[in-house]
Amino acid sequence: MSPTNTNTKVMNRFDVTSRLVAKLKNEEAVIGGIGNTNFDLWAAGHRPQNFYMLGSMGLAFPIALGVALAQPKRRVFALEGDGSLLMQMGCLSTIAALRPANLCMIVMDNGLYQITGAQPTPAAAVSDIVAIAIGCGISNSVWAADEQDFERLVGESLSASGPMLIGVRIDDKAGVGTTRRDPVQIRERFMLGLGVRQAL
Amino acid sequence: MAAAAEQSSQQASAARAWHEVVLQTLKRNDIRLVPYVPDRVLTTLIKNIHADPFFTTFPTAREEEAVGIVSGAWMGGMRGAVLMQTSGFATLANVLASLAIPYQIPLIMFVSERGTLGEFNYGQSLVCRTMRPLLDSLAMEHHTATRLDEFEFIVDRSIKQAIATQAPVALILSPLLTGGKVFDK
Repeated sequence: MSPTNTNTKVMNRFDVTSRLVAKLKNEEAVIGGIGNTNFDLWAAGHRPQNFYMLGSMGLAFPIALGVALAQPKRRVFALEGDGSLLMQMGCLSTIAALRPANLCMIVMDNGLYQITGAQPTPAAAVSDIVAIAIGCGISNSVWAADEQDFERLVGESLSASGPMLIGVRIDDKAGVGTTRRDPVQIRERFMLGLGVRQAL
Repeated sequence: MAAAAEQSSQQASAARAWHEVVLQTLKRNDIRLVPYVPDRVLTTLIKNIHADPFFTTFPTAREEEAVGIVSGAWMGGMRGAVLMQTSGFATLANVLASLAIPYQIPLIMFVSERGTLGEFNYGQSLVCRTMRPLLDSLAMEHHTATRLDEFEFIVDRSIKQAIATQAPVALILSPLLTGGKVFDK
């Protein structure tokens, strides 16, 4: 359908998310976007440096950018769905302009609003998220060819000198778990995990 | 002596422009991150914040995006504030109700008020009417600054309250304070 992802395998969000989490050894922050994206992050095993969005569709990358600016020595990952990114595509230009070296964005692209009944997004048949990111100025944007390539790209991102975006084509499966919907506790535990707060 | 010092401090305060009060009060409260969507009234403030290396400041494509950025930064230990105009505030209902308020994030917003006291664009005057009902419907703290002599008190106390209570605040900059934007061409 699109020029940059003709040879990519269709993967699974939970599997790919679990592979990401398994590679994190240095208290990297992970922001999980709305819905299935953070459900699978939750299901992959809660970490103190995980943040789960319960609304504000499209803001995983902006929130991650804020964390990355506040803590430039910490690597920050953001997981976002393709439909979510479509809601806030302008953030790619903001991130390209600021060039945070410690930010890696991962787009889970199934071309669907899976959680609302698997309706296709307007982009599904016509748009290439990685090409869009490159066009926005994030030159280090690539599709993961398969699971091994995804792991290799995540490894590469851990020492990248500029922002990176990894596109992952995924299937239409729902998320595996369900995040506990307790926003205050999610935020407080995240701040504890980032060393910003001390427990009472 | 104390009275004289107070008087001189008030005179110094009165001599400052509103945008100088904003910049200095942000600094005093260690608010370093200032993403914005620009507005004519905010031009000098934005220029001066860019010129001051204390701040990390940049434009965003949407106000919602800026709210996400300062929310993430707050959780990472860096304080921020967002600058916008009235019509931009009108795009924020969802992010206020689903991020800033339920996660208890001290989101500090400066909203340059358009749509009143000499507005020339009917659409701006209509969208302005949605601002306070939205703030009130979410029981959010908000103040409309109209006078320079009260302004530093309002800004400084509101920032401190937002942080202490972990609750968002909107500071609305009235044309009575800023002069607003008037019909030119």
